[in-house]
Amino acid sequence: MWSYLLRRLVQAALVVAVMAAIVFFGVNVIGNPVDILINPEFDQEEMARAIKALGLDKPLHEQFFYFVKNALQGDLGISFVFGEPALKLIVQRMPATLELAFASLFLSIVLGVPLGMYAGLRPDSKVSKTLMAGSILGFSLPTFWVGIMMIMLFAVMLGWLPATGRGETTDLFGVQVSFLTWDGLTHLAMPAVNLALTNISLVMRLARAGCKEAALQDYVKFARAKGMSEQRIVLKHILKNIMIPVVTVLGLEFGSLIAFSVVTETVFSWPGMGKLIIESIQVLDRPIIVAYLMMTVLMFVTINLLVDLTYSLLDPRVRLGGAGK
Amino acid sequence: MSVDSEAATLPIEASVPEKAEHPFRRFTSQYCHSPVAVMGLIVLVAIVLVALLAPWISPQNPYDLGQIDVMDARLAPGETDFTGEKVYMLGTDDQGRDMVSAIFYGLRISLTVGVISGLIALSIGAAIGLLAAFYGGRIDAFIMRIVDLQLSFPAILIALMLLAALGRGVDKTMIALVAVQWAYYARTVRATALVERQKEYISAATCLGLGRARIIFRHMLPNVVAPLIVVGAVQTASAISLEATLSFLGIGLPVTEPSLGLLIANGFEYMLTGKYWISVFPGLALLVTIVSINLVGDQLRDVLNPRLSR
Repeated sequence: MWSYLLRRLVQAALVVAVMAAIVFFGVNVIGNPVDILINPEFDQEEMARAIKALGLDKPLHEQFFYFVKNALQGDLGISFVFGEPALKLIVQRMPATLELAFASLFLSIVLGVPLGMYAGLRPDSKVSKTLMAGSILGFSLPTFWVGIMMIMLFAVMLGWLPATGRGETTDLFGVQVSFLTWDGLTHLAMPAVNLALTNISLVMRLARAGCKEAALQDYVKFARAKGMSEQRIVLKHILKNIMIPVVTVLGLEFGSLIAFSVVTETVFSWPGMGKLIIESIQVLDRPIIVAYLMMTVLMFVTINLLVDLTYSLLDPRVRLGGAGK
Repeated sequence: MSVDSEAATLPIEASVPEKAEHPFRRFTSQYCHSPVAVMGLIVLVAIVLVALLAPWISPQNPYDLGQIDVMDARLAPGETDFTGEKVYMLGTDDQGRDMVSAIFYGLRISLTVGVISGLIALSIGAAIGLLAAFYGGRIDAFIMRIVDLQLSFPAILIALMLLAALGRGVDKTMIALVAVQWAYYARTVRATALVERQKEYISAATCLGLGRARIIFRHMLPNVVAPLIVVGAVQTASAISLEATLSFLGIGLPVTEPSLGLLIANGFEYMLTGKYWISVFPGLALLVTIVSINLVGDQLRDVLNPRLSR
C-alpha cells in the first residue's frame, strides 16, 4: 500500500511539474513577455532596467527556476489590471465558482439518480424513452447555448429568475455564499442547472444501466421472493449498489465542472474565477492566466489522486495489480 | 410428421447461398433501418450544401459593406427594409445584416474550421495510434501515458490553456482543436490496431518481407477505418461545438471570421432587451448541425460495429 501511495504521489507531482513547465514556456516562449509586461512607452534605458528587474535578462531555465521558487511560496506574480497578487484574486473568486460547482453536483445526484432509476425500472414506458432521448440532448447541446436559451425563457420572457450576477450573499464561516438567501438562490438556480445538465444526463445513464443490471441480480430476486416491498427493494438494495459508480464518476467530473464553469459564468455573469480568466485572457493579464491554470491543474491532479486512492482502498485489486507491474 | 419435415428443410434452406451483396449496398440498407438516422443524414447533407453554396444562395453578402445598411439594423423577423422592397426572413443584426445570410456564411466558417481541424487531428491521431500498436513496448507505453494524461483534463481546459498562450485566430483555434482531439483518435486506432496486429495477414505480410511502413499503412490502416469514421463523426460534432463555445467566449475565432459562435455572442448583448432573433437563429443552426452529425454518427456506430452486425 505504501509503495503504491508513494508512486502515485510521485506521479501526481510529476504531472504538476510538467504542466507548470508547459504553462510557463507557453507564456514566455510563444508570447514575448517583454511586449506584455513592459510599458511600450519606456525608452531604451528604462526598458533595460525593467527587463533586469523582472529577471528577463537571465537564461530561460533560470527564469523557470525563479518562477517555480516563487510559485512554491505562493507568489504567482501581480495582476497587471488589478495590481494585486494574482493568486489572491483567484482565491477571492474561488468560493463563487465552488458554490456553483457544488450546487451542480447536488442537482446531478438529486435529479439524475431518481430519473435514471425510473428509466431503468420502467424501460418500456414513454416517459423513460423521452428521458433517455433528452439525456442525449444534454450531452450534445453546447452549454453556452442552453444557458442563453434559459435566460431568454426564464429571465426575458417569463421574468421568473434574474439573468445575471450572484444576488445577495451571506457570510458562512468567513465565505460569501448565495444559497442561504432567497435572492441568492434565485440567482444560483439557472447557472447551477445549466452547469449540471451534462452531468444530470451522465448520472441518468449510469443510474439506468446500474438499475437494469441490479434488477436481475439474485439478491433482488431473493428480496422479492421473501415478500419485501418494492419500495424497500429499490431504496435499500438497488439504490445502494448503483451509487458506487455514480459517486466515482461524479468525483472525477468535479474537475470538469470547475473547468466548464468558465462558460456558465460568462453566460450568467457569475463572478467566479472562470469569468475572471476569460476577462484576463482578453486583456492578456498573464499572471492571472498562469495562476488560474496552475490552480486548476493542481485541483485536477488532487482530485484524480484522491479518487484513485479511494478506489485502491475499496478495491485491493487496483493496488495489487499496480504493484505486480 | 410435419415437425420432422420442417426440421429437415431448415438446414437446406440455410445452406442455400445468399445472393452476394455488395458491401456498400448492405451498408446502405442497414443504415436506412432507422428513419431518424436517415432524416439526420438528409438534414446534414442540406447543411453542408448550404455551407458550400453560401456565397451563391445567400440573399446578400453580409460582409460587403455596400450591401448592408445600418438603417435596417435590428429589424424583427419578417420585417421589410426601409425602402419596403426586401423582406428579412429572420430579421437583421445590429449592423443591419440579413440574419439568413449571416447564418449561411457562419455555417460555412464553423464547418470549415471543425472539419479541417478534425481531419488533421484524425491523421495525426491515427498515425500515432498505429505506431503505438505496431511497435508496442516502451513507445506504446509512452504514447498511451501522454494520451491518458491529456484525456484526464477536460477539452475546454486544454483549449483555454493553448489559446491563452497563443492568442486569438483561425489558425490558433484550429491548433487548439487538433490538440484537444488527436488523443481520442490515437486511443481508438491503437485499440483496434492492437487486435488487428495479432491477425494472420499481418504475420503473412511480415513473412513476405514487406516494409514496416507498407504493413502499417497498406495493411493495418484499412482495417481500422471503421472505428475511425465513427469517432470522426462524434469528434467533428464536438469540435464544432467547442469552436462555437470558444468563439462565444471571445477567445476563439477573430471577429473577422464570424462563425456561428460569434454570431450568437454578438446577439447575446441584445437578448436582454427582447431582440431574441440575433442570437436564437444562429443558435438553432448550430444545434441542428450538431444534432444531425450526432444522429448520423450514432447510426454509423451501430452499422459499422462488428459486434452488433447480424
